[in-house]
Amino acid sequence: MSSPVATDPLLRIDHVTLRFGGLVANADVSLEVPEGQILGLLGPNGAGKSTLFNLISGTYRPSEGRIIFRGQDITGLSAPERCRRGIARTFQVPRSFDSMNVVENVIVGGFARHASAAAARRVALETLDFAGLAHRAEAVAGELTPPEKRRLEVARALATGPRLLLLDEVLTGLTPSEAKAGVELIRKVAATGVTVIMVEHVMEVVMPLVDRAVVLHLGRVLAEGHPTEVVRHEGVITAYLGERHRAA
Amino acid sequence: MTTLTTALAPGSLPARAEASYAAKRRRKLVVAALVFAALAALPYGIRDVYLQNVLILTLMYAALSQSWNILGGYCGQVSLGHALYFGFGAYATTVLFVTYGVLPWFGMLAGGLLSAVVALGLGYPCFRLAGHYFSIATIVIAEIGLLLVHNWDFVGGAMGIQWPFNPDSWWTLQFARDKIPYVHFAVGFLAVVWFVTWLIEGSRWGYWWRAVKDDAQAAESLGVEVFRSKMAAAAVSAFFTAIGGGFYAAYVSYIDPESVMSFRFSLLFALPAVLGGIGTLWGPLVGAAILIPLTEISRSYLGGSGNGLDLMLYGVLVMVVALARPEGVLSLFRRTRKARNEEATP
Repeated sequence: MSSPVATDPLLRIDHVTLRFGGLVANADVSLEVPEGQILGLLGPNGAGKSTLFNLISGTYRPSEGRIIFRGQDITGLSAPERCRRGIARTFQVPRSFDSMNVVENVIVGGFARHASAAAARRVALETLDFAGLAHRAEAVAGELTPPEKRRLEVARALATGPRLLLLDEVLTGLTPSEAKAGVELIRKVAATGVTVIMVEHVMEVVMPLVDRAVVLHLGRVLAEGHPTEVVRHEGVITAYLGERHRAA
Repeated sequence: MTTLTTALAPGSLPARAEASYAAKRRRKLVVAALVFAALAALPYGIRDVYLQNVLILTLMYAALSQSWNILGGYCGQVSLGHALYFGFGAYATTVLFVTYGVLPWFGMLAGGLLSAVVALGLGYPCFRLAGHYFSIATIVIAEIGLLLVHNWDFVGGAMGIQWPFNPDSWWTLQFARDKIPYVHFAVGFLAVVWFVTWLIEGSRWGYWWRAVKDDAQAAESLGVEVFRSKMAAAAVSAFFTAIGGGFYAAYVSYIDPESVMSFRFSLLFALPAVLGGIGTLWGPLVGAAILIPLTEISRSYLGGSGNGLDLMLYGVLVMVVALARPEGVLSLFRRTRKARNEEATP
């Protein structure tokens, strides 16, 4: 594998369009995500945020455009292949493996890095420790509380050893104190050098956390920049935040 | 992720979890060795030939249901067409032995390999079908196989093939005077399939298969090759099902299409696992130990299998399990253990 040039972004989305029949879910989206950043992906429901995640992680293939990861074109690669190359994700509605216990869930992720069961199990146990779920290792995944399920999703994704982590509304629906604990975990993940893209609705939580924000609207990039700039953007205010934000 | 590559501190929570897991895996092996040894000793206490026959069938269906369980229980691909592979095993073993004089041991192996290859060939189109559509496809394919064999004179057509009379021997797997060797073969077969399942359960394939069963899309995002997982499970499952078919042919010494390839067999492979606990190591044996004796008793007291009473019995049993204990009989024991743990830690 050729080592990417230092100035290359970790992820480059290059004029990506995805159509479902007549519906355009993403239209000519271009984005660059430098290594080490926490990027917030914002936008109202149906703006194309989850679709963009599915395009990056390989669930969908774009109708047009390219996706470049670590200097290589991954547009045609399958989801598992992308995972092995360092892209991991969580799902908006947690999708734990409910016939398995917590550590077994995470071991599945560990196998992306190691073929040996012992090594995958060690990675899983370490990752659970890191994610603050070690005490629940033997619990059946289906019996976890909602915040624990979110933590499991993150742990499972981290066990694959990602360079890029896509978090789809991991803080949504949590109580303020649970969300605060979640934010701490995301900061801890970013501190290990993992680049994070997160879709989130709760502005109060996202704004202090992210280095950069991108606002999608009707499948297009509406605004992009430092979070404090983005919230002052005219189009964003009308499309998403609503008039009361202007007053504030 | 440099922080995650450090070695585990001894006595830390993960290190202890790792040690207890290894001990648990070893304990399962010891329990299995004891169970299989006890089963092998059982026929010496049961001299009644009728009961020995029930024991042999129970063990055989336990092993066959465990083979089905590899694809249906662990990987979640519910096949109702495994009679096809059972038939391949029975026919390969019989034709090779009767026509060419090849020992049944090699015939079984040939039937197993043939079935594995056919399972891969059929899996290629069928695994693009989801859920019920997959199950329906397996039924249809097995019925087509049955019809083809029916009309294929080389393998005896509708008349079937009779095994020639041979003196008792482990080489030819023919034992006319004593059924105990058949019990031992069936125990050995069950032990091998159990052990292979145990190995797989602890390996990457095992985790991949269960992930595919629970949520294929989430599995893919974690690096699981979903299609390859299903293909591998189908091949292993078909291989062992055919071995069982070869054994059955040697045991009954006469096969025809209906007696080794009818839909009834596909049900009899799936039901014990469903009854005992799907996707578990002991579910198939527990299920077979309930189902097969019941079937045989209903046959002897309610008349032959022609009237379909045994099928009605299966239906009732499955409904009872589905309503009362959807995870199978084994989950009864798991529940009590969990309750005990909860009492221990208030």
